Amino acid sequence: MPEFLQFLFSGLTIGAIYALVALGFTLIYNASDVINFAQGEFVMIGGMVTFFAMAAGIPLPFAALIALVTAIIIGLLLHVLAIEPARGASPVTLIIITIGASIFLRGVAAIVFDKNYHSYPGFAGSEPLQIGGATVLPQSLIVLAGTLLIVVALWLLMTRTMIGKAMTATATNRLAARLVGINTALIVGLSFGVSAAIGAIGGILVTPITLTNYDVGTLLALKGFAAAMLGGMGHPLGAVVGGLVVGLLESFGAGYISSAYKDAIAFLVILAVLFVMPQGLFGRADVERV
Amino acid sequence: MRRAVKLVAAAAALMMSAPLMHSASAQAQQPPIKIGAVLSVTGGASFLGDPEKKTLDIYVADINAKGGINGRKVEAIIYDDASDPNQARTFATRLIEQDKVDALLAGTSTASTMAIIPLAEENEIPLINFAGAVQAVSPVKKWNFKTPHTDLMACEKIFEDMKKRNLTKIAIISGADAFGKSMRDQCMTVNKKYGIEVLHEETYQPRDNDMTAQLTNIKNKAGVQAVLNPGFSQGPAIVTRNYKQLGIPYPLYQSHGVGTKQFIELATPAAAEGVRLPAAALLVADKLPDSDPQKKVVTDYKKTYEEKTGQPVSTFGGHMYDGLMILVEAMKRAGGPDKAKVRDEIEKTKNFMGTGGVVNMSPTDHLGLDLSAFRMLEIKNGDWTIVN
Repeated sequence: MPEFLQFLFSGLTIGAIYALVALGFTLIYNASDVINFAQGEFVMIGGMVTFFAMAAGIPLPFAALIALVTAIIIGLLLHVLAIEPARGASPVTLIIITIGASIFLRGVAAIVFDKNYHSYPGFAGSEPLQIGGATVLPQSLIVLAGTLLIVVALWLLMTRTMIGKAMTATATNRLAARLVGINTALIVGLSFGVSAAIGAIGGILVTPITLTNYDVGTLLALKGFAAAMLGGMGHPLGAVVGGLVVGLLESFGAGYISSAYKDAIAFLVILAVLFVMPQGLFGRADVERV
Repeated sequence: MRRAVKLVAAAAALMMSAPLMHSASAQAQQPPIKIGAVLSVTGGASFLGDPEKKTLDIYVADINAKGGINGRKVEAIIYDDASDPNQARTFATRLIEQDKVDALLAGTSTASTMAIIPLAEENEIPLINFAGAVQAVSPVKKWNFKTPHTDLMACEKIFEDMKKRNLTKIAIISGADAFGKSMRDQCMTVNKKYGIEVLHEETYQPRDNDMTAQLTNIKNKAGVQAVLNPGFSQGPAIVTRNYKQLGIPYPLYQSHGVGTKQFIELATPAAAEGVRLPAAALLVADKLPDSDPQKKVVTDYKKTYEEKTGQPVSTFGGHMYDGLMILVEAMKRAGGPDKAKVRDEIEKTKNFMGTGGVVNMSPTDHLGLDLSAFRMLEIKNGDWTIVN
């Protein structure tokens, strides 16, 4: 039993990271039909900027704030400089642009920062807590709580504010949204900003556990994308569930079956699910937009 | 990006070589001796290739300042393979065919090195490589030499220490990258010799950021007395952190692949406390007793490297220092860059005191290091200490 709990905690922590990346994918996809493959880079920016700000003597809360603002600015710039000028292009072209942007951001990070791995201490110490014979780091609980907070905040934003409703409207039908006076370009730009913020918060929270370096985003984007597909692309709750499921599959796969094939196990299950439910766990069948 | 890096690297190489050639032609009629290098200055193996390149730059300038080799200047032509074995082969071909170099100091990773060795053999040009795995020097090839310790030696050093501490039943958790796999395989060939029994094995992917599941299984395996983690880069740091988190009571052994201060930083000093690993003397240069014959060479190299680059010394740059010095001394003895003569002289290297240990080459041993080249270190209070 203790090992079951241990695998569960490990899986949930890693899964929460994937969930945050998947959420970022979802937001931008909803607003613009673009799958932003630079999403993992926002996580990297969150961690790296925080580390280097702290190394420069800035206390953690301000360092994290600087990282968050940096990521949001880069997210907005990505939209203004790369996505907006190509707004007439097909989603596939735009997706390729985001892949280019992700490579560019990695390269810049390697030059501006360095190529080494970095980490900073956990926010609430590094002494593990004992729960039912399993151990869990306080930082893991912070990551889970942070993910929960973001999901709630996002839900409030989407359902309780004018901006959120405008985002939903843009996602549902861009032409109709424009006809009722919504500035859709602004809304799409905003979705990039919010996605960048979510990614950066993820990066700030997980770096004490997972370490970070300039190309940590590649793998996160891949796993987050798998999570988003599993949950149903475009569905925020699906993204979170998908992320947690991928994390748990990896951890239980490594623990109970074989550590050599843990990624393969996770991806096999995802394939099997998508085979039976091509729209993902939460996706609607009627996503056709005309 | 890669292309840009290549261009920059090529431009940098040109800029470096231009003043050398200029002064050489102004000073003597003889053309410079050309040494070609293919190193992984960027990409995944950059933490190995970057200090190698810096070391080469520093010491070629130093050799020229001291009058070169038998009065002839040395010119280093350096290409960055971006940690890609395909590019390594392409650049090595260019060095041989276009740049017409006299010798090669090439191959940062085992993969790159294995791509270059056949070229050296075919073109009959002396090659000193910097790969970690034992395949890079065994079986012996006529023109190929190597300076870094092998993973087989690391295994033997670790098992020797385990045996001393009466730890005979162990578990292995290895990285699923070339380094981790190769070292794990080598360890499995010699464990019987030291009476070590491997009870359980786990692996992790090189980019994984959580190994608690694998370590939980090791923790629950009855009879395990020690754990060995062959791997490099950030993986072992996470293993060490998770190991501490789970409160596993057995001694943890890391490989020579984590021989940098950065490892202790990433793993956090609290988690790394008590971790043992084999490493070259360079890592503990300041802590060597004055009677140690290696003391002078390692402290000199450390001082020079840290002064010129402003970065902490690593054992990887030291391997380049050893390779360059072995080559230069062989060229001096051979009276010039004649390829066949230089090769013979490299093979005759005896009692060469390098940063990696004492090198004694022979026709059957193109590495020339023995187990005494490794020191067993233990991490205490966030610093290395020498275990006797």
